Amino acid sequence: MTDRRPIEEGRAQTDGRPGGTTEWRGSITERGTTMSSYYGRPVVKEPVWNPEIPCYFFTGGIAGASAVLHVVAKLTGNERLAKSFLYVGAAADVASPILLIKDLGRPERFLHMLRMFKVTSPMSVGSWILLVSGGASNTAAALELLGILRPVRWAAEAVSALAGPPLATYTGALVANTSIPVWSEARDELPWLFGASAAASAGAAAAIVTPTELAGPARRAAVGGAATALLLGQGMERRLGFVGEVYRQGEAGRFNKIAKACTIAGGALLAGRGKRSRAASAAGGALVLAGELALRWSVFRAGFQSARDPRYTVIPQKKRLAKRKGGQ
Amino acid sequence: MTSLAEPTGAPAAWPDTWGDEAKPRMGFFTDTTVCIGCKACEVACKEWNLVPEDGLVWTGESYDNTSHLNANTWRHVTFIEQRKPLKLEGETATVETDAAVQPEPLRWLMESDVCKHCTHAGCLDVCPTGALFRTEFGTVVVQEDVCNGCGYCVPACPFGVIDKRDLPRSPDDAPLALPLFGKKEDGRVWKCTLCYDRLKGGHEPACAKTCPTDSIQFGELDELRERAEKRLEKLREERWNGARLYGHDPDDGVGGFGAFFLLLDEPEVYGLPPDPVVPTKHLPRLWVSTALAAGAMFVGLAAAFIGGSE
Repeated sequence: MTDRRPIEEGRAQTDGRPGGTTEWRGSITERGTTMSSYYGRPVVKEPVWNPEIPCYFFTGGIAGASAVLHVVAKLTGNERLAKSFLYVGAAADVASPILLIKDLGRPERFLHMLRMFKVTSPMSVGSWILLVSGGASNTAAALELLGILRPVRWAAEAVSALAGPPLATYTGALVANTSIPVWSEARDELPWLFGASAAASAGAAAAIVTPTELAGPARRAAVGGAATALLLGQGMERRLGFVGEVYRQGEAGRFNKIAKACTIAGGALLAGRGKRSRAASAAGGALVLAGELALRWSVFRAGFQSARDPRYTVIPQKKRLAKRKGGQ
Repeated sequence: MTSLAEPTGAPAAWPDTWGDEAKPRMGFFTDTTVCIGCKACEVACKEWNLVPEDGLVWTGESYDNTSHLNANTWRHVTFIEQRKPLKLEGETATVETDAAVQPEPLRWLMESDVCKHCTHAGCLDVCPTGALFRTEFGTVVVQEDVCNGCGYCVPACPFGVIDKRDLPRSPDDAPLALPLFGKKEDGRVWKCTLCYDRLKGGHEPACAKTCPTDSIQFGELDELRERAEKRLEKLREERWNGARLYGHDPDDGVGGFGAFFLLLDEPEVYGLPPDPVVPTKHLPRLWVSTALAAGAMFVGLAAAFIGGSE
């Protein structure tokens, strides 16, 4: 049933008059702004994606970053760490398409994703990236397990390492290429934020499953990625201004706080005690993973909150119009 | 592969892709000044297109109980009660609020909203399966046998038109091919087709056919745009309050609408975006940024190995 839910956030004031156009009082950041809306109803539709999608952003990121880390670990002669990245990445690459197919309204038509290649659709481009990257890294993992066809395995590893970073960053382009204000206005940050978050999660996952004396690069990837993601997220919220206030409200706000707390605690634990204690390394890695998953969830929910409140759609557009008129 | 060009007044690659089958671009001009809010368009659309019922609710929002366009509402009549004069000069309806003060002016705006069939359609651009396509008439239509319900078009539309249908599957639907992943719903996206089937047969869309006041006018887009300009001129001469065209300009953020409107107030009063832009307009820059981020990530990850294994 299509929703007729009442608007929860930023409820419209009817000004004491019967029915009619509702006037909106300005929010804190837009003091004094008033705008009209149609009974406070949203202008753009909320996404229809389910929790599988942010989970995929998380697993796809792990898979993409792990593919690169695996190859570099191998080249530097750290076979044990390379193995961690290989199997972590392959597991994430198995989970990713399952999550995506599960989210489809018609899962049996999942192959329709490969009917064409459309550069105007990040989802189309991403489906092909996932096919290439996931296929290659799973091939590499299978051949490694079986211990056969070494040249094919090398080729598969190289392909998955090259397709890995795009797999981790295109999801930022995917959500930015919509009409949801908080996503679309963040188009300069989201691919970078998702890339940094992917590096953090891949490093953290490997730090959990690798002996500490061999997991140095994994810890550095986790700490560096986490720090970069924190800075980028902070910068994004600040630059978004009024539109970005959803990151301080409701579910997106809650998970944004959880993400920051977990990432900082986990990063500090990994950087401080990760080298000496296996337990600290595992706990720190788990905290960073939880933080990055919370970050994806926060971005995901922010999109819903942003779509639901017409102020975020209308006010920036009116400003844009006024600016254009003023410039003429 | 669709191109990544800046929005222009003409749809990408259309009508060249249609060759000899190409037709003039067809559209709607919805003149809200003559709309009487009868909702015959909503009914005719449902009847012709077999659009399911989607809940019967009292909203208390004037005469509007449909609320918004969605998968099961392809024409939606908005009702707005305003304490504003209909005309800037001459007699206007009033309402007496208080004996001591002057009676306030009153007007009741009605507008039949519909899919805009954008020149540069966000839904069509982002559709990964090619289910959304541009017809020989220049309209934007979903092929329901191709759509796999990925839902990307829903947040891509700057107007919140297209939506996923969440109704239970009918019992005679084929059994699920992937039962583990299955859902008990239609799962695909739906929106106005500008009655593609009727156009193919040389008829006008059901809503335009049934509209008793010709508020919904169907025709060749170029001709409709000229007609709209003349109508606006006349309304301005008659001093109608707030008369303006919305979506007629091929230079706007979506390259002009295939279905545009004559409104009597700001677009947002009707729940429409004041300056809609197709998301793909920013995609070239977004792709560059994504590629740079991927490159930086590669370098950053490699740098994590500086300093050895410990």
